[in-house]
Amino acid sequence: MSRITRFAVKLSAFLTFGILFFIIGYILLKGIPYIKPSMFEFEYTTNNVSMFPAIVATILLVGLTLLVATPIGVFTGFYLVEYAKKGSKLVELIRIATETLSGIPSIVYGLFGMLFFVIKLKFQYSLLAGTLTVSIMVLPLIIRSTEEALMSVGNGLREGSFALGAGKLRTIFRVVLPVAMPGILSGLILSIGRVIGETAALMYTLGTATKIPDGLFSSGRTLALHMYILSSEGMHVNEVYATGVILVIIVLLLNGLSTYLGNKLTKGR
Amino acid sequence: MSKISIKKMDLYYTDFHALKNINMEIQANEITAFIGPSGCGKSTLLKSLNRMNDLVEGCRISGDILLDDEDIYDNDYDVNLLRKRVGMVFQSPNPFPMSIYDNIAYGPRTHGIKSKAKLDEIVEKSLRGGAIWDEIKDDLKKNALRVSGGQQQRICIARALAVDPEVLLMDEPTSALDPISTAKIEDLVQELKKKYTIVMVTHNMQQATRVSDKTAFFLTGEVIEFGNTEAMFSMPQDKRTEDYITGRFG
Repeated sequence: MSRITRFAVKLSAFLTFGILFFIIGYILLKGIPYIKPSMFEFEYTTNNVSMFPAIVATILLVGLTLLVATPIGVFTGFYLVEYAKKGSKLVELIRIATETLSGIPSIVYGLFGMLFFVIKLKFQYSLLAGTLTVSIMVLPLIIRSTEEALMSVGNGLREGSFALGAGKLRTIFRVVLPVAMPGILSGLILSIGRVIGETAALMYTLGTATKIPDGLFSSGRTLALHMYILSSEGMHVNEVYATGVILVIIVLLLNGLSTYLGNKLTKGR
Repeated sequence: MSKISIKKMDLYYTDFHALKNINMEIQANEITAFIGPSGCGKSTLLKSLNRMNDLVEGCRISGDILLDDEDIYDNDYDVNLLRKRVGMVFQSPNPFPMSIYDNIAYGPRTHGIKSKAKLDEIVEKSLRGGAIWDEIKDDLKKNALRVSGGQQQRICIARALAVDPEVLLMDEPTSALDPISTAKIEDLVQELKKKYTIVMVTHNMQQATRVSDKTAFFLTGEVIEFGNTEAMFSMPQDKRTEDYITGRFG
């Protein structure tokens, strides 16, 4: 019996790892031969199928999303752990809200973003509408990771600081935050990963324009969206793989960075 | 005049009556030890003396605690200033995850000292006061978490001394340490009483007899007996004290 169990466990582990390896290997093999310098030209045309505008749009979207979601998410996390009374109604409510938010499929965010930001607030398909939509989407992730990072800071440190006559703000900024920082950062990096990989929530909010966005009210397309549209058009399948290679590399790098920071967190204690 | 006087003090954690009608006079430059079985309120009373209980939700206090004749639970009383005057050392060493230097300088910086020269002076003086200067004077930049537990605890004592307190509260400061570190800290406490008033919670009755001048015996939230350590251990007035110190329970 135990031999069968051991076999099943090993097989599952192998499958998980193997599938990941296969997907990445497949994309790399299919994509790398088609990466050409012309794919990084400044403007997109149907001839060069440049992904450069998409790279710029991705960076802009990620930057703006962090700008919007980080303060809200991190401060909410701080409120929940450091300021709110334990077990109060409001805390419960915020927890339920964040958990619900994190369970909603991204296409629903896209629909909401379209109806509210694009149509109701007349933002059109724009960087702004896209940013706000994905900001709401990654908020639960940021709140959760901030909370967990703060809760992992031992109470002894807080008490030690208070016992020296330090106030709440000083305790949080000088003692708690430095310890919690790697955890908060790794949460932020995970949310960057989600934004980079997102298509459904962006298609009807950011739009799919092929040029580099020239302002908050200008449309654009991120790399993932670019891939989705190219492959649905069916004209440039090889270039889709090439774009995929770049996307996969970025996501892998980010995940690596997140794991690295996560490890630093556990070692710091 | 006593340094701290506790008068008709009661403490509740929500519905639990944790301390009952405590009256005690703590003298300056003496070591007062709190002994008693677990959960009898020793640490609770200790934490009331620098209002660390404020951090515990549902904690209510009635009666008075006076420090130099001022009520520390008065609404206008500055809690941060109180904690500067009444320092605390915890059961398990809790140095901040920063350099030894920054650990010691944290308190003085909190209270507005910026001058590097002044901080250097305080750090050296405090580490000497904590009887650890000679061991780590070349490693001040080292992370405080990377020294031994006994050294960490003495760094924590030095950290408490750095804000120039008048009273030092110690919550079982040696319970997490080995016998050699314990002996070092007991010697240190003897030295410190020349300058500070010390209140110490201990589980270890030998420790109480070795270091303290006065001892208070706690049982289920009440002070059963309080008096000179020597007298109490040689001739306890109350049957329950006798039972406890002779090891019949607890």
